[in-house]
Amino acid sequence: MERIIFYCLAAVIIVFAIASVTSRKMLRSVIYLSFVLISIAGIFFLIDYNFLAAIQLTVYAGGIVVLIIFSVLLVHHIEMELEMAKTSQKILTAIGCLTGLSVFLTAIYSFEFNEINNSLTTTTEDIGTGLLSYKAGGFILPFEVISVLLLAAMIGAIVIAKGKKLTEKNNDPQ
Amino acid sequence: MIEGISIYEILTITSILFFIGVYGFITRTNLISILISVELILNASVVNFVIINKYLFPEVLQGVYFSIFIIAVAAAETALAVSIIISLYRQISSVDVKEIETMKY
Repeated sequence: MERIIFYCLAAVIIVFAIASVTSRKMLRSVIYLSFVLISIAGIFFLIDYNFLAAIQLTVYAGGIVVLIIFSVLLVHHIEMELEMAKTSQKILTAIGCLTGLSVFLTAIYSFEFNEINNSLTTTTEDIGTGLLSYKAGGFILPFEVISVLLLAAMIGAIVIAKGKKLTEKNNDPQ
Repeated sequence: MIEGISIYEILTITSILFFIGVYGFITRTNLISILISVELILNASVVNFVIINKYLFPEVLQGVYFSIFIIAVAAAETALAVSIIISLYRQISSVDVKEIETMKY
């Protein structure tokens, strides 16, 4: 049963990822991206990392996708079709990506992974304890650094996006 | 771990996802599309961290912590990128990579 669910999720991920990088309509491409992100949250649920799946759903599928949709709606006309790259460039890039993918896959399949059979369940409490522990192996320092980084990014985003009202270029009557 | 699914299959999927992201990053000429491709690449790496944690080292949680940090950094990066895109659109009325040659304030 889990096998079938996994294969369905994998198919959804790959099909919608391809659709999201090739679609000519901007808004559709963002929606396809959100399908990919939600399916990845499904994989996290399957391997029993519920907290991470919840983070994926709230931050990625909830926050980032909405942010990108906002920027699309502010910047583009909704019916606008994107300009595509030249066919020769597309083919060249596809060949390059397939070569890279084959290198990756040969490397992965020639390595003997030492899989450990387990069905441990991770609770949110374990994650929180490890994240806030200051003993060896604890992650309190990166946690604090991330909080400062988020604050700096928030202030920076506000300052950059506020900007001047309109530049001289846009005010030109022409 | 998932019944009947080995680590190889999941790593295959994340590799495919990563290279789809690279393909989009190179062929797209729109800043927002490039941002979407970057999200795909970051997500492939997040799944890799989590899968390797679960399949090879189930007794520790380092992969989960690093995934949380990657997601936080990706959120910060997206917020900044969106604000830069909107600011650029105000200045030059375009978000196409070919037309962006000014970052002057």
